[in-house]
Amino acid sequence: MESLTNRKIVVSDKPMTFIEKLYIPAILSGMWITLKHMFSKRKTIKYPEEQRVFAPVYRGMHVLKRDEQGRENCTACGLCAVACPAEAITMIAAEREKGEEHLFREEKYAETYEINMLRCIFCGLCEEACPKEAIFLTDRIVPTEYERADFIYGKDVLVEALENRIDITKRQATGKRGSI
Amino acid sequence: MDTGMLIEKFILVVIIFLISLGIAAYSTYFERKLAAWIQDRVGPDRAGKFGLLQPIADGVKMFFKEDFIPKNSDRWLFIMGPGISMFTALITSAIIPWGPNIQAFGRTIELQVADFNIGILFIFGVVSLGVYGIMIGGWASNNKYSLFGAIRASSQMISYELAMGITLITIILMSGSLSLSEIVDKQHGMNWNIFYQPIAFIIFFVCSLAETNRAPFDLPECESELIGGYHTEYSSMKLGLFLFSEYVSMFISAAVISILFFGGYNFPGMDNFSGNTLALLCVLAFFAKIFMFIFIFMWIRWTIPRFRFDQLMHLGWKTLIPLSIINMLVTGIVIAFYQGWF
Repeated sequence: MESLTNRKIVVSDKPMTFIEKLYIPAILSGMWITLKHMFSKRKTIKYPEEQRVFAPVYRGMHVLKRDEQGRENCTACGLCAVACPAEAITMIAAEREKGEEHLFREEKYAETYEINMLRCIFCGLCEEACPKEAIFLTDRIVPTEYERADFIYGKDVLVEALENRIDITKRQATGKRGSI
Repeated sequence: MDTGMLIEKFILVVIIFLISLGIAAYSTYFERKLAAWIQDRVGPDRAGKFGLLQPIADGVKMFFKEDFIPKNSDRWLFIMGPGISMFTALITSAIIPWGPNIQAFGRTIELQVADFNIGILFIFGVVSLGVYGIMIGGWASNNKYSLFGAIRASSQMISYELAMGITLITIILMSGSLSLSEIVDKQHGMNWNIFYQPIAFIIFFVCSLAETNRAPFDLPECESELIGGYHTEYSSMKLGLFLFSEYVSMFISAAVISILFFGGYNFPGMDNFSGNTLALLCVLAFFAKIFMFIFIFMWIRWTIPRFRFDQLMHLGWKTLIPLSIINMLVTGIVIAFYQGWF
């Protein structure tokens, strides 16, 4: 049958010639290849000293954002927990008291907010589900721990510090939400 | 035998022992580095500068690991296995001529622990004993994988020793002596055996790869089929000794190959020097050759995939042995012709 592409390779079953049977030219050419590799550029990234540059859309450790006045965006609606396919997110909601307006943007807030980083698959669905622009995935790496309990991140780790805001504009600018 | 000779031999033995162990230790480091370079990686570089302390770290790790002896194993044979391996690997270094005689303290000191007149036979005897370490270790483990590894090791070593021995006869025919120092002296300057016996060299080299159980003939340990082969059940420094003896025997094989085919400590232009300078340069030349062969051994290991067992046997019995017999016959006829027998 006529082939439609030029990718067809005819497989031959010819007996090997004497030179081929000696295997020595083949071995030498193989050794030449490995010799060339000995002097080629190393592909290793020496991790703690050197870090790979992540793609703008990299999905790493989560952050709970604050607004411009430093108030937490999260209202503990639970949509992220519902959206989470790995059931990694839990939270307990609480009502904002008088005098706490500078801490929380709306009347309801998350008293505890926990993400189990061992369950999390970093799909980013929590970020998509969030109506308050509170949770985002960043380009930070979740560090390794020795205990399972240490992988359950609470608000102390997740909420960004007032003096140390986490920049997510680069990654959000490429997303479908437009810039924030 | 006078006291001075005892002392000088003792010092020589200690030095050779330490050099063998040191080279074997740094071979493990260099092997890992070379593997990394061939695979475009960096290799061990954390322990000390360039990772140079890595062999020490490995040794300390080996010693601190739990030393486990399986319940159903034969306890004494299990302990003896690595010991025999290491012993046979080390003892061959006794008869290797490391250089010409040196003058020191008003004495003439031979750089060879023992100049046997049957040196090369001794090496062969000891090398064939080496299979016992692996066999006993594999058998005593009482584990099917270990036993498979041991069986493979013994059949492989026996098959390849034949071809190796026959090739050796050609060298003995050419130099007319079994003594290693005489074989080396016959190759004075650049008059190396490799130029007369290239086929014998290739056969001998392939057989040495098989004898030291290195890739592409590392079927006895063959991780992908036999887990670890004969050392599956070993742990701690017993495993360390098994792995280490492989590197020591690699060092010794490199030395034997350079003696038999590359003129041992001879180097071109050696007649311009004399006395202790000559001895020093000779030792350096010898070690340069040894390091080159160790490098080639490793280079081959990280280039060529492992043989299948039937291919291994096919190569040994149907290719190398007939080839070495033909080579031996031709050499014999040529030598007889030159000596005017016809």
